[in-house]
Amino acid sequence: MTYDIYMDFILENYKNPKNYGKIEKPNATSRGLNPLCGDELEIFLIIDKNIIKDIKFTGKGCAISIASASILTEMVKGKDLDYVKNLKENDLLNALGIEISPARIKCALLSYKTLKEAISNIKN
Amino acid sequence: MIDVNKIRKDFPILERKFNGKRMIYLDSTATSQKPIQVIDAISDYYKNYNANVHRGIYGLSEEATDLYEKSRENVSNFINSKQAESIVFVRNTTEALNLLAYTLGKKLKDGDEIITTVMEHHSNIVPWQFLKEKGVKIKYIDINEDGTLKMDEFNNLITERTKIITVTHVSNVLGTINDIKHIGKIAHENGSYFIVDGAQSVPHMPVDVENIDCDFLAFSGHKMLGPMGIGVLYGKKEILDEMDPFMGGGEMINEVHLSGATWADVPLKFEAGTPNVEGAVGLSAAVNYLKNIGMENVREHEKYLVNYALKRIEEFNGITFYGPRDSEIRGGVIAFNFKNVKNEKIAKALMDEGIMIHPHDVASILDINAVMVRSGHHCAQPLMDRLGIPATSRASFYIYNDLDDIDEFINALDNVKKVLKL
Repeated sequence: MTYDIYMDFILENYKNPKNYGKIEKPNATSRGLNPLCGDELEIFLIIDKNIIKDIKFTGKGCAISIASASILTEMVKGKDLDYVKNLKENDLLNALGIEISPARIKCALLSYKTLKEAISNIKN
Repeated sequence: MIDVNKIRKDFPILERKFNGKRMIYLDSTATSQKPIQVIDAISDYYKNYNANVHRGIYGLSEEATDLYEKSRENVSNFINSKQAESIVFVRNTTEALNLLAYTLGKKLKDGDEIITTVMEHHSNIVPWQFLKEKGVKIKYIDINEDGTLKMDEFNNLITERTKIITVTHVSNVLGTINDIKHIGKIAHENGSYFIVDGAQSVPHMPVDVENIDCDFLAFSGHKMLGPMGIGVLYGKKEILDEMDPFMGGGEMINEVHLSGATWADVPLKFEAGTPNVEGAVGLSAAVNYLKNIGMENVREHEKYLVNYALKRIEEFNGITFYGPRDSEIRGGVIAFNFKNVKNEKIAKALMDEGIMIHPHDVASILDINAVMVRSGHHCAQPLMDRLGIPATSRASFYIYNDLDDIDEFINALDNVKKVLKL
């Protein structure tokens, strides 16, 4: 365990997360919980013709879970749903660019799991 | 005063190093470390005495049975229970409380009530919530700002339908030592059963079931220097005698026929299947270790540590802790958070919560300095909701901790803001 997980890239996304906030009338949304630590995350999406037009999230969490949500939402914004469906856990972990210990992997993947859930809940 | 340096020599694990640093173990509230005397007792049991208990006619089985039953007597004496039959060996506090919720719960009817508190561990909430489906109502005593129970509420909430009052002796988050003797009186004047969750008290202070006059006391071996997988349910014998069994199987029966079965006497009625003999023997060794130090001395040592730690935390700008400041009513546990400081650049995601740094990040960064604390909701989510926070970090102390450990802990806290560049 080193300081490496708190790299500038992670800290920047933690302190000033991208896409933080709510969308009033989303057509897909989901709330994810990390029962171990009480973290929660809510993701809101506007999807138009299979394209993620807008995505935002709110919630409370550690540096890793918030940074991961910030980075993930940036990754998928403007992309089509197939891109999200094909997105693997490792794609997000690679994008974070840090080595995550087993104890923190749930923090890193909370946004990923919540987004996948939201996509499966799409309203017309 | 206790000699921490001498005690530490009995705990082999404390010699381990992490990141080249001496390990500072501040998570004894979750589980304690084990002295060599306990490890040796378990090893000795398997090397010399292992056989199934209460069955064999041969000498070895009698020796194993004798060790198991002597362990029961030793535990019984430790909490000043008058009869060894009052001691039921279970896996842990959780199992003891589930046993009670199942057996006492069976007799409850639609509209009956249970009183507990918002500061309970999930293990003293969830088993009782199982009874909601048969119409049992659960009422929760709230806390004051200082983390003590609102004692007046007991008299307000209690009714003739209140069948059970179940309360933790010491909160695993706030550290609050509840006035259980007083609560027991309220329960008994009302004819209600009184249950005490002793998971965080029995390891840390003298606990005398005769003096408290509780009907039941539940605690875990692994939090008091003993092995995992052994716990204790103390119950007044006359009540245990009247109760139905919990699990069915071998050991707990008197006789079994295809038409039905009758039950063994207490405590075996509640110990279905081959018991954890190694665990009981290890727990007995742990009890001997604690008796040698003296539980008054354990308590005094923790008071001394918690006073020093609270003083250092107060001096450390920007940390808030939960629970009473007065060490007379506080055990050796401190849950804390970094406070939200005005004008400081902080994460939007936590700003609303009034917390500046998430406990997970705190624990991760402390771990770099080999300082081991817990972070999360500590299996007390209703209490987190009540405090309006998602989680806390938590440092807790035991006989092998000293002022140096607390200094290392405070130094490591200094590092947290640096690593996060706040």
